[in-house]
This record gives sequence, structure tokens and C-alpha cells, in this order.
Amino acid sequence: MRGKVWKFGKNVDTDIIIAARYLNTSDPNELAKHIMEDADPDFTKKMQKGDIIVAGENFGCGSSREHAPIALKAAGIGAVIAPTFARIFYRNAFNMGLPIFELKEVDEINEGDIIKIDMDKGEVINETTGKSYKINPIPPFMQELVKAGGLIEFAKQENAAGENK
Amino acid sequence: MAGLTITEKIFSDHAKREVQAGEIVRVPIDMVIGNDITTPISIKAFRESGAKKLANPDGFAIVLDHYIPPKDIASANQAKISRDFAYEHNLKYFFDEKDMGIEHALLPEKGLVLPGDVIIGADSHTCTHGALGAFSTGMGSTDISFAIITGSNWFKVPESIKVNLVGKPGKHVYGKDIILELIRRIGVDGALYKALEFIGEGLQYLSMADRFSICNMAIEAGAKNGIIAVDDITKEYLAKVEKENNGLRAKPKFFYSDPDANYIQEITIELDKLSPVVAYPYLPENGRSIEEAVKDDIKIDQVMIGSCTNGRLEDLEIAAKILKGKKVARHTRMIVTPATQKIFLEAQERGYIKDLIEAGAVVSNPTCGACLGGYMGILGEGEKCVSTTNRNFVGRMGARSSEIYLANSAVAAASAIAGKIADPREIE
Repeated sequence: MRGKVWKFGKNVDTDIIIAARYLNTSDPNELAKHIMEDADPDFTKKMQKGDIIVAGENFGCGSSREHAPIALKAAGIGAVIAPTFARIFYRNAFNMGLPIFELKEVDEINEGDIIKIDMDKGEVINETTGKSYKINPIPPFMQELVKAGGLIEFAKQENAAGENK
Repeated sequence: MAGLTITEKIFSDHAKREVQAGEIVRVPIDMVIGNDITTPISIKAFRESGAKKLANPDGFAIVLDHYIPPKDIASANQAKISRDFAYEHNLKYFFDEKDMGIEHALLPEKGLVLPGDVIIGADSHTCTHGALGAFSTGMGSTDISFAIITGSNWFKVPESIKVNLVGKPGKHVYGKDIILELIRRIGVDGALYKALEFIGEGLQYLSMADRFSICNMAIEAGAKNGIIAVDDITKEYLAKVEKENNGLRAKPKFFYSDPDANYIQEITIELDKLSPVVAYPYLPENGRSIEEAVKDDIKIDQVMIGSCTNGRLEDLEIAAKILKGKKVARHTRMIVTPATQKIFLEAQERGYIKDLIEAGAVVSNPTCGACLGGYMGILGEGEKCVSTTNRNFVGRMGARSSEIYLANSAVAAASAIAGKIADPREIE
């Protein structure tokens, strides 16, 4: 995973990620047209598929709308990196398959930098500055869910196992 | 071994073993909640999973409240997805225009969320129900889908922050001011992943309306849940709800934190020293005292009273008493959105609606509407609004350049009369 960085500040809320005025639909492609609109109205014109959002603490605070990670993913955002994530957003991003990573040193990454994320090594490499960073590992229980292919797949497998009993 | 917090006890009860903060548990859910915006995604996941029926159909409530009655074709189509699903599965707890209300005001009123419950909802303000001594938290649509398919979900049992409430609040200081003060102190991520437990002798002065407001905004400090153990005020409320509904969904279970329970932080709020708080744009943590806000001389275009935070009968009563016989300022408009039909009717019977309308307010049907910038009170470019709602993020209620000042219902009503942010204690 490799992409250009777009920087945002602390406490990026779910109304910034996708404003509620667009929540009369849950169509991912429709939602994707409006990501980050109230922070930067031209963001969707400037960004390219695979770009990476790097933000401050508490990314995704506010609403429980799963539309937020859905919209980011559908718009082509490759990953989000922040020191901390709001609780519901963290869980939703997992369930939606939007890669998110906790990293303390976000201040050392600048807008426009090219960064590479090596999930196997648990590393973020800033190709522009040459620095690399360790990312916080995913909690073990959540790794199990990832292995199953997500929460609904986990439920399906459990259900299938139950029926076989 | 240390004692347990109320949150740990509710999880221990549901896990059928003693569990402590930090443990991952899979527990049965007593009530799952969805709304018109979030449920369609849950329904899609439910269908894709191949599930044919819900694990516990009587433990799933769908409340259509955000864009209801529909504001356009897209929201009508969206509502239809939930409506069709509710009829197809013959859901007992489905609420639309027939018996409508904002989910977090409606479900307690109907006796469907109870002390000792584990409740999850695809709405971040699901934490409201913690005011009843329940564990209640918001999740996304897929987690809700998992819960209706399996009847359970997984949780990391949260660590708790103890918030001691001491003293008696002065005139026009309400639950809203207490939670805004707490968020001002600890910030919008001050309780990230944690339980906020409110305790102390100050609770005896706080009505259920105040307590719902407090727990409602726990999420605004990043908390997983807000919780207040049952006392006489809760019991009195439950008895009234039981009578009005000819029963409760289940038998309530009371849990209390042990005196030697573990808390990672303790905070004390002296209610007698608190003034009404106004949270400035663009975060709920930007609280200032009403005295400071009055000095700033902030001209107001719109006042909004409503939402799951402050759209209860008590809020309408406070506003009506302040506005009775007075007029909303010429350059200001006022929107009042009762949180449920029952609140609307009672406000009507008590004459509050008449007082509000005669003062110049417009009263709408129950809906989340204006609070989330949905409809029924959108702000234009540069407009300023005093709102009893819960979020003042950029563009939350409309234009990107609009500004929201969060406050209690008395400050909102006083500001409507003055046309600028005003102290309700000065008006009467």
C-alpha cells in the first residue's frame, strides 16, 4: 500500500468525513462524491485513488454512521493514519475493510509526502523523508475477525458450524 | 481483589462470569436499535449473510426518526427498506409516523430500555439510555447486523472514569450544563473508550430529563458509555412508564458499583458553583460560562430547541415559561421540535405549545431533522444558532460558515427573546 499524503488536524468528525445532508442514501458511489467536503470543498477533485489521509488525534469522532468509512473507501482512500481513532469509527472501519493505523508520529509526515505501509512488518515508511515507523498492532481478537473475512463472514461461519452440529 | 464498577457488573451478569475492564466478552444483547439512516446498511448485511430470521425479533427496535416524514424521494426510498423489513419479520417494535419520536426519547418512554440491560444502537447517542442504569452504546450498522443475526456482540469491557456530582445546582443550571462542563474540562477525546460513571449526592437534584441529557453527550467526550445507577428518581420514573405502557419490556435489574471498585480517573463537579454553559463553535469542548458569552454580545439568527439531548417535556416547559407573553426578537427565528408525539401532546395539553407559538416559535413534528443538518431548520451562510442539540461541528446544521452555540433550553429561550446570547437568570 503506497500513496500520497493528505494532512488533516485533530478531531476530524464524521460530519466532515461525510455530512449528514448526504445521508438520504447509503449508495457508496454517491457518498464518495462528498468526502471531507466541509474541510476542503475541492478534496475529491484533488485526491487520487490510493492516497492516504494522515490526521491528528480522535479521527472519526461524532456519529456512528458507517457511511463515513464506506465513503472514504469508495472514494479510493487507501488508508487513514492517526495517533488515535474515535471508538465507533475504529470498529466501523474494521467492519468495512478500510485500513486504519495508529501512529503517534504523524507530525513528522507532511502533506504531499509519499508513504508506504507494510502490513506484514507493521511499518510505515515515509519515502519522501526516508524515515520509518512502527505501527500499533491490531488487537488479537480483531485479527481473528480479519482472518474470518470480517464480522458478517464470522457470523456466517459460526452459523454454518452451528448447523453442522 | 478490588470490587467492580456498575459497568463491569452488567457485563459480568450478561457473561455469566465475573469480568473486569480490559477483557473481551461476547454477551447477549437485550435491545438493538436502528434508525432510518443506519438500518438499511444493516438489512443489506443481514440479507447478504444468508440469515433467514432474527435471533431475537423482540429485541430489535427500528425507529424512523432522522429524515421522517421523508424530506425527499431518496429518504422515502431509504425509509421503505426498513419498513418492508419490519413488516416482513413482523417486528413488534417498529416506529414510524404513526407513533413517532426520536429513538433515544421514545424508547425509554415506551419502557423498552431498562436498568441492567446491555443495549446497542446504530446511532452514537445510544449512550443516552445509560441514565437508566443500563450499559448502552452506539455502534455501526454492521455490528447491529451481527447482533440481530446472532443475538449477541463482542465488547471490550471499558475502564471507568468516576464523575462526582456534589452540591445543588442553581437556577437554570441543568444536566446539559453539567455535561458541557465535563467536556470542557476533559476534551472531546477525554473519555475515549471509557465509561463515564456519574455518582454523588448531587444526583438527588437531577431529574431523569437532566440525566438523559448528561448520558446522551457522553459520546461527545469520546466515551463508550455514560451510566448512572438507579435511585429513587429512576424508580419513580420507571413506575410512571410501567403504568403508562401497562408494563415494561422486562424486569429491571439494579446494579451498583462497589465502594472499592477501580477507576482510572476521578473528577468532581461542584454543581452549586456552576453557571449555564455555552459551547462555542466548532467543538462541544469549547464551553464558556453564560456570563462570558453574554459579554461577547453574539447576535443570533436562529434558536433551536429539540433533539435527543434536549427535546423533552421539561425542555419545552422551561422554554414556554420563559417565552410566555414575550416575543422572539425580530431578526431571530425559533424552531421547537418535541422529541416524541407524547411530549408534543402533553406540551399541547399544558399550554406550552400555545405559549411558544404566540411568542413566535414554529413547532415541528418530532424528528432529528435540524440537529444533524437534515432538514427543518438548516442554517445559511454565516448564520449563528443557539441550539439545545449535541454537536457544533463545522457544517453540522447547514452551511460550512454557519455557527452553532450549544446550550440548555433556558439559555436558548432567553436568547430567542434578546436576539443574542442571553442569561435566562437576567430575563425573569
